[in-house]
Amino acid sequence: MVNNGVKIEVQGLEIWFDQIYALKPLNIQIKDKEILGVIGPANSGKTTFLRSLNRFNDLNDNFRFKGSISLDGKNIHKDIAVGELRKKVGMVFALPIPLPLSIFENVVYGPRRHGVNDKNKLEEIVERTLKEAYLWDEVKDRLQVSGMKLSGGQQQRLCLARTLAVEPDVILYDEPCSGLDPISTAKIEEAMSRFKDKYTQILVTNNTKQAARVSDRTAFFLMGDLVEIDRTDKMFTYPSDSRTNDYISGRFG
Amino acid sequence: MNLKSLKEQIIEKTIFLCGVTSVLFVVLIFIFLAKEGFALFKTVHPADFLTGRRWYPISDPPQFGILPLILGSLYVTFGATLISVPIGVASAVYISEIASSRVREVLKSGIELLAAIPSVVLGFIGITTLVPFMRNALNLPTGLTAFSGSLMLAFMAMPTIVSIAEDAITAVPKKYKEAALALGATHWQAIWRVVLRAASSGIVAAIMLGIGRVIGETMAVMMVTGNASRMPTSLFLPVRTLTATVAAEMGETVQGSAHYHALFAIGIVLFVITFIINLIADWAVHRKSK
Repeated sequence: MVNNGVKIEVQGLEIWFDQIYALKPLNIQIKDKEILGVIGPANSGKTTFLRSLNRFNDLNDNFRFKGSISLDGKNIHKDIAVGELRKKVGMVFALPIPLPLSIFENVVYGPRRHGVNDKNKLEEIVERTLKEAYLWDEVKDRLQVSGMKLSGGQQQRLCLARTLAVEPDVILYDEPCSGLDPISTAKIEEAMSRFKDKYTQILVTNNTKQAARVSDRTAFFLMGDLVEIDRTDKMFTYPSDSRTNDYISGRFG
Repeated sequence: MNLKSLKEQIIEKTIFLCGVTSVLFVVLIFIFLAKEGFALFKTVHPADFLTGRRWYPISDPPQFGILPLILGSLYVTFGATLISVPIGVASAVYISEIASSRVREVLKSGIELLAAIPSVVLGFIGITTLVPFMRNALNLPTGLTAFSGSLMLAFMAMPTIVSIAEDAITAVPKKYKEAALALGATHWQAIWRVVLRAASSGIVAAIMLGIGRVIGETMAVMMVTGNASRMPTSLFLPVRTLTATVAAEMGETVQGSAHYHALFAIGIVLFVITFIINLIADWAVHRKSK
């Protein structure tokens, strides 16, 4: 159920951690199957914003918020169980974190938790998602090896495959390439571009060039404020706010 | 300059000496134990000693079969493990993963306090409360049973198991749990499948050290198990453990007699058992670091 092509609607969202006012009143609409790049310097609130979309801020004891977020028109704090929300809204972290399990078990961890136990079905999921994450050819002969034995770039693609395996609608990326070499980064970006017709994707990144390369629209956050959101090609050529211009041209940040 | 290097030398040598001393003591103890214990095997065959079903050290001729004592120790340890491991691991999970930080502090100090109770005090409480209770509750001829010993020892193993398992669980990077949660796992699923799995080697080590504590314990167990050296057939009958035998009889033996050597041989058996348990714990910890 998508209303007017809007996948996620954020209204008047404010976030505090104890006394720290991390996110100032935020209104933002994320369209279905777009890639939204989120850029901004450290402490700009971009990760806080991202983590509010799968309710990951809830893990923090002193987290408080106001406002509402809805996914497909449903309030994520009231109308959807948190496990169900996180199944629909997958997340890829900054550092690759394979679970201390084999490659195969890493991928099927999510599906198993959601009740898929048929062996053929699981094998099919593993093959499909590893192919989607461009990892299949490198690991197909050693699926029983621990996920932690892979290289950093491979681990991150494994984490991507693991996220795809629960068949999310939305994928959140929290600086997914910050620890990766250029070739691994290219592979992740390639995967993201290919996912365009399947998932709504939100990419938080410190690398403005990455946002320029991959995203359809870009949002610029500064000190807890959304300064500007626009089509990526427009923002990177004619930003409407001078602070955006300063940031993307590397004058600060 | 020279004075400084001399000082360094002295400090280094002193520390070296301290380090070596502890190892030296272990070696000396083992040599002494072996010398006194192996003397028994001049008159008694080791197989008869280990598998003999009669422990009558002062009858004529004396019989030195320690199988009932080994089984007594194993029964008590088995019972204590059965009780303390599930409770200990569960409370470690609660303390490290679920409890709020204030509750955590209270529980941790409570458990440390449990470790501080001298075993003779526990035994004493056991004799006056647990033993009569067991006799009445289960309608037994006597409350001095292997099961009473297991219960007392479970209390003694619990602090070891809880504190080491809790350390192991806390050491699991928070990121693992977050990764599992991000895939839609519930809190419990994340703990069970990911956190406990990652901490498994530490938990195994905690359990083994707890068992080591139980099997070596003497005082409490001597007070509540009844000390009947016969083949145990049930957890609800009196048994006698290896440790209790040595403690109870050492004062009555003639130095250099077969009985005296037999008690040392029991010491060797205990030493070997604890050594194996520590090896397993070591192996578990080592597996983790790989």
